Amino acid sequence: MAEIRIENLHKAFGDFVAVRDSAFTIRDGEFFVMLGPSGCGKTTTLRMIAGLEMPSAGKIFLDGEDVTFNRGSERDIAFVFQLFALYPHMNVRKNISFPLRIQRLPRREIRERTEEVAKLLRIDHLLNRPVGGLSSGDRQRVALGRAIVRRAKAFLMDEPLGALDAEFRELMCEELRLLHNRIGATTVYVTHDQIEAMSMADRICVMDQGEVLQVGPPMEVYERPATRFVAGFIGSPAMNFLRAKGGLEAGASGVEVNGGRIAVPRLQEALDHADAVLGVRPEHIRIAGDGPLRGRVFGVEYMGTRQLVTVDTDAGRLKIRAPNTVRVDYGETVGLDFETERLVVFHPESDRAVMSELYAGAGAGGGHA
Amino acid sequence: MSAKSTAHSVVEASSGGKWLAGGLVVVYALVTMIPLVWIFLTGFKSPPDSISYPPKVFFEPSMEGYVNLFTTRTRQTSEYIESLGPPETWYDEIVRKRNMVIAGPSKFADRYLNSIVIGFGSTFLAVFLGTLAAYGFSRFKVPLKDDLLFFILSTRMMPPIAVAIPIYLMYRTLGLSDTALGMILLYTAVNISLAVWLLKGFIDEIPREYEEAAVVDGYSRLQAFWKVVLPQARTGIAATAIFCLIFAWNEYAFVLLLTSGEAQTAPPYIPLIIGEGGLDWPAVAAGTTLFLLPIVFFTVVLRNQLLRGITFGAVRK
Repeated sequence: MAEIRIENLHKAFGDFVAVRDSAFTIRDGEFFVMLGPSGCGKTTTLRMIAGLEMPSAGKIFLDGEDVTFNRGSERDIAFVFQLFALYPHMNVRKNISFPLRIQRLPRREIRERTEEVAKLLRIDHLLNRPVGGLSSGDRQRVALGRAIVRRAKAFLMDEPLGALDAEFRELMCEELRLLHNRIGATTVYVTHDQIEAMSMADRICVMDQGEVLQVGPPMEVYERPATRFVAGFIGSPAMNFLRAKGGLEAGASGVEVNGGRIAVPRLQEALDHADAVLGVRPEHIRIAGDGPLRGRVFGVEYMGTRQLVTVDTDAGRLKIRAPNTVRVDYGETVGLDFETERLVVFHPESDRAVMSELYAGAGAGGGHA
Repeated sequence: MSAKSTAHSVVEASSGGKWLAGGLVVVYALVTMIPLVWIFLTGFKSPPDSISYPPKVFFEPSMEGYVNLFTTRTRQTSEYIESLGPPETWYDEIVRKRNMVIAGPSKFADRYLNSIVIGFGSTFLAVFLGTLAAYGFSRFKVPLKDDLLFFILSTRMMPPIAVAIPIYLMYRTLGLSDTALGMILLYTAVNISLAVWLLKGFIDEIPREYEEAAVVDGYSRLQAFWKVVLPQARTGIAATAIFCLIFAWNEYAFVLLLTSGEAQTAPPYIPLIIGEGGLDWPAVAAGTTLFLLPIVFFTVVLRNQLLRGITFGAVRK
């Protein structure tokens, strides 16, 4: 059990900056997910926490102790690799007990702890099998077992479900979360899959191009994105972005989009750029005859209880999640109405969200929590 | 004609094709085996049988070739031989039939022992150093890595004879000529290029995650190498060891030029048998048979590793 604190962590490989000045704290017992597209620096950050990579600058604290330059073996952190990294020349029991055998624990204790973990993961019947013949799900369990058996201070997981097929991934997602609830160990989980992140995390850290953009609980990251990237990366389909007129003052409660006024949560800071970007999630748009914005229906995807309607407007193309009771036809001109209190205004250049009543009381979407 | 239709895979041979392929393999095996079988049989022929024409396939086996291989003999008059009384051993008996007596052991056993010491010694060194070097090249950022790898290979680029004279001069100054140590070092130097290149390929195939997992679990880098990388490189190491051993075992040119008495191995010795008392083909064949055995044994013991080793890396698991 431990708190992991990261201060101004920086990592460069030659000219390429993999991680730029990140700082955040992973709380004791938290399930912390690092989310971002591939190459965003999340895995590098994780590897630095594990001691597999040395940072170019910055510090890592484990339970208050500076471990920045400790070897991996001196950190008491367990790591679950994407491709499991089970030793093919050992059977399941040997794989799980491997860290304990390194610690030269008494044989009886090794046996008991190995079997306890195997039971927890429901692989006790496989203990004497070679790892070669196992299904990928069971291999994943063995890899988890090898991490759990140590009772390490923290678990680091690098896309542990990436190698599983979709159906199995969902199952393991659930299992992992249940396991976490039971063990309660600090867990840092890296993924590029926003659904995994949203469903498991206590808090999510969104990264892009080596930078930490926002750290917060899933709901906060979804509803109050700190930047346009976070808004676009989380949610499926992604948030819509509309070109709007800028030059907004603090206290403004509407933006002009294509000549019509769309009400937004009251802004708490000014936006002095000539343009603005209005962000709106597909489920926060209603198709209504008298809406402030009009557009032509470009496509309709039927999805059971809901449908996804694509509408072309002069301010950009929009995706709308509508109930299936709304009847629309291709080429039809429709009016669009917006859920005012859910809208976000972004700065067109810095891409940061303009603070508004939406963010009030949420500790601001500043990101570096 | 055929009533049942089976699904055909484009890459799987038809049954006729399999028979043909099988037949060809058998024919090829026979062709390769004939000289070996002939050598093996000749070792048990008497000298007249070995040079008879037409060649004899069925003959009365004799140990004369092996006795001649391991002994030196002198020709004596029959009166002298009779004066010695009845032969004491079975090999005395064989020799006396040719009006000869055994004067002492030949040098074959010494030469053979040299072959074993030099062959296995240099193989062990080349594989040991090669594994470490290959691991380094595979895992670490080595400056001028590609140039170094190319440079290592350069020891294989010229025929031994081209460097034998300079090496001879160097060895004479260093006191290494005609010593087992000198030959071990030389063969190690030649083999290490092969070992590094082969083993680097094998080690490249072992995912780094294994070592990283071991390091996170509490091993040092060296322990991870020893306990995790080595067991998985086993097939590669076995394959490399066989190749190195075959080279060192069969090498002829260097050992002919650099050794004379002490450290000579079997390959230059076997042809010398011919000069010692006429064309003693059974003795030559016996020497060759014994010379082949360790390689055959080593290869058979490691054949599973070897087969897996050669196809290793062809298909991604």
